Amino acid sequence: MTAELGHYALVLALSVALVQATLPLLGAWRGDPGWIGLARPAALVQCLLIVAAFAALMYAYVTSDFSVLNVATNSHSAKPMLYKIAGVWGNHEGSLLLWLLILALFGAAVAVFGGNLPAPFRARVLAVQAMIGVGFLAFVLFTSNPFVRLLPAPLDGRGLNPLLQDPGLAFHPPFLYLGYVGFSMAFSFAVAALIEGRVDAAWARWVRPWTLAAWCFLTLGIAMGAWWAYYELGWGGWWFWDPVENASFMPWLAGTALLHSTIVVEKRDSLKNWTVLLAIVTFSLSLLGTFLVRSGVLTSVHAFATDPTRGVFILAFLIAVIGGSLTLYAVRAPAMKGGGLFAPVSREGGLVLNNLLLSTACATVLLGTLYPLFLDALTGEKITVGPPYFNATFGPLMVPALIAMAVGPMLRWKRGDLLGAVQRLKFAVIATVLALLATLVAAHDGPWLAIPGIALGVWMIAASVEEAAYRLRLFRVPVGESARRLMRSPRSAWGTTFAHAGAGMVIIGIVASSAWQVEKLQVMRQGESLAMGPYEIKFQGAEPIDGPNYSAVRGVFRVSRNGAEIAVLEPESRNYQDPPMETTEAAIRTGWGGDLYAVIGDPTGDGSWSTRFYNKPMIHWIWIGCLMMVFGGLVSLSDRRHRVGAPARRDVPVKAAKTAASMAGK
Amino acid sequence: MNEPSLEPKPRRIWLRLLPLAVAMIIGVFLFVGLSLRPKEIPSVLIGKAVPEFDLPALPDRPKGLKTADLKGQVSLVNVFASWCVSCRAEHPLFMKLKAQGDVPVHGLNYKDEGPAAMAWLTRYGDPYDRVGHDLKGRVGIDWGVYGVPETFLINAEGRIVCKHIGPIMERDLEEKLLPAIKTLRQGGVAQC
Repeated sequence: MTAELGHYALVLALSVALVQATLPLLGAWRGDPGWIGLARPAALVQCLLIVAAFAALMYAYVTSDFSVLNVATNSHSAKPMLYKIAGVWGNHEGSLLLWLLILALFGAAVAVFGGNLPAPFRARVLAVQAMIGVGFLAFVLFTSNPFVRLLPAPLDGRGLNPLLQDPGLAFHPPFLYLGYVGFSMAFSFAVAALIEGRVDAAWARWVRPWTLAAWCFLTLGIAMGAWWAYYELGWGGWWFWDPVENASFMPWLAGTALLHSTIVVEKRDSLKNWTVLLAIVTFSLSLLGTFLVRSGVLTSVHAFATDPTRGVFILAFLIAVIGGSLTLYAVRAPAMKGGGLFAPVSREGGLVLNNLLLSTACATVLLGTLYPLFLDALTGEKITVGPPYFNATFGPLMVPALIAMAVGPMLRWKRGDLLGAVQRLKFAVIATVLALLATLVAAHDGPWLAIPGIALGVWMIAASVEEAAYRLRLFRVPVGESARRLMRSPRSAWGTTFAHAGAGMVIIGIVASSAWQVEKLQVMRQGESLAMGPYEIKFQGAEPIDGPNYSAVRGVFRVSRNGAEIAVLEPESRNYQDPPMETTEAAIRTGWGGDLYAVIGDPTGDGSWSTRFYNKPMIHWIWIGCLMMVFGGLVSLSDRRHRVGAPARRDVPVKAAKTAASMAGK
Repeated sequence: MNEPSLEPKPRRIWLRLLPLAVAMIIGVFLFVGLSLRPKEIPSVLIGKAVPEFDLPALPDRPKGLKTADLKGQVSLVNVFASWCVSCRAEHPLFMKLKAQGDVPVHGLNYKDEGPAAMAWLTRYGDPYDRVGHDLKGRVGIDWGVYGVPETFLINAEGRIVCKHIGPIMERDLEEKLLPAIKTLRQGGVAQC
């Protein structure tokens, strides 16, 4: 019964979405306040219905209702509760429902919190949002219904893919989708602005928080996925330039560019055309990612069970959304004239450089991802494009972007002084030179690229810190004055500091862990030892253990350094029964210097085991750096000017009134 | 609201249409891509004789499967397992093939416990002529099996004509396998 209710709720949601996609748009065009007013309640009702449908599917999973086909093929009664819940989105149909849920939640958020938007504009935004909803609801209802019954019901389910039974991955899809779908807001705002024919500073101020939130979620989602790959797949790597990884990385690159170009629109009333285009492209890339994962067009470890009819459906939808919005763009773009002029060397110029490099990098990733498809379609040849291509193209594009990223915040708007900016970063320059020399001394036999790599990371962190210190006039004015500046300096500036320093940490983590990694592959007997760098690893033996829905072999390795034991590593090789599958659980010891990573493989038959160890210096800097970038995003999101809808507090009534006036003027 | 002024600037128009053009070109390729099958990795075994093997029968089921059984007539070899969900999806098609009695279907039971496989065949029906029990998956390696289900078409000389990865759908059977079987029967050279 619950499943039928869920199905019915989806059908109702589709009809509500159809209304929401059309009438408010017509209303805004005709200036009919009744039809305009329809957008808000429609968005809320649509959201409630989709929440109900999602809850119905969740209920079927939690109660292990195997008469629902989706539950029977993806869940199992012996599975821990966390994975029963995560199982809801661990499959094609359920994950689409999650997509829809998030889309509807974002729509409802605009309806609830968008009180400061002019009503016709809000109606248009919600209508565009509903159009996307209509496409996805139809997709779910006509090709991927999660509520199909299976009669007679089997006694037990088929189980969730054991690789996905992992806490890191349980929350990876929701965050990723919050990111993907979050960019739909930027898209809806862009299309609504194109329809209206107007983009201004107020528009940018509305778009920015949504983009920022989506960007934070996407960053976290991608980081979680990389972390999962690192410790669950047991290959010691965390990024493989797999098509599906690229599918999430492309919207991230475009979204990062969008994040920066909206600043220019907001502050300087310039780059409008480009920003609107970026907003469309960012969401289009999110949709492309969804298509790539679900259509089976590219081979990937992530691909869901694929079905050609589904592929055709999403492609048709993709072409309607992307083609439609880009046509609208082609027609309307000239209406959006940029206002502010600026010199090449200026804050704007820096942001333009950032945008050029990020979008070019994004294009190279797109080309590398789709190249096998192009070649197959044109010549029938089957190839894969691997890390060498991406390292050769993506890296060189990012290096100038990262170097410039440190200088950008030091430049003035309109006309900047590059030499002056670099002079103001003198401590960062000194720190970078010192880092260069230190790495040269410490790792003179290592790969030479690592040396400038580390220096680059240090440059980014040091420059971010120094920029913050400059902003506070630290040590140049009395401490009290600096503290006062700390209180008053805008949070968005702090967001920049944290996010840029976080990116520097990621760079250091990537460079150090790949340049100075030590890898040992060895067949070991019980009692045998091996030396790896400063560590000695002794194999104490392997023991069978039982988990809730698997049996496993656990290897015990004692790690000592200079004779003192520092850790016991217990990697497992698990054998799941439903469905039968082997997974590796790497044992990782995280220390200040980096990770010690152990994997136990198969027994060789004569009492010894194949084992694999890695020493990965500073790899945790990647994870910490990602978290810091997200933190920076959140700090920036909490900036006062994004909360202008809230009642004006504090002692600046004039400014608040001004802001309110500029809102009303829209 | 001020009306947007559409000034004709020829060079600008092309620039504005560029994103649309790029998107549409990618769209065309994606559409072509849908009909391509990147998963159909050309198997090195195509055209080669089937590997040498001799598998025991499943418990309480006569007739195991060995290399010599695949010579003399056109046949299909279906790699299946009781734990494989997709196998259940394609199973009715094999039952139909058996009912038509047109072409013998042999089973390669892959990494499966004997009793579980037998229970599965009892529950969903047994469409196979011979079934080899590949408990350890050793023979599967020689056949280049990397995902269950897989189906091989073998000609009368015991050579592998084609390999289908994933469940067989009605369409695959009608458009690919059956025509190929017909051609082979008439002494032609089939390819799929």
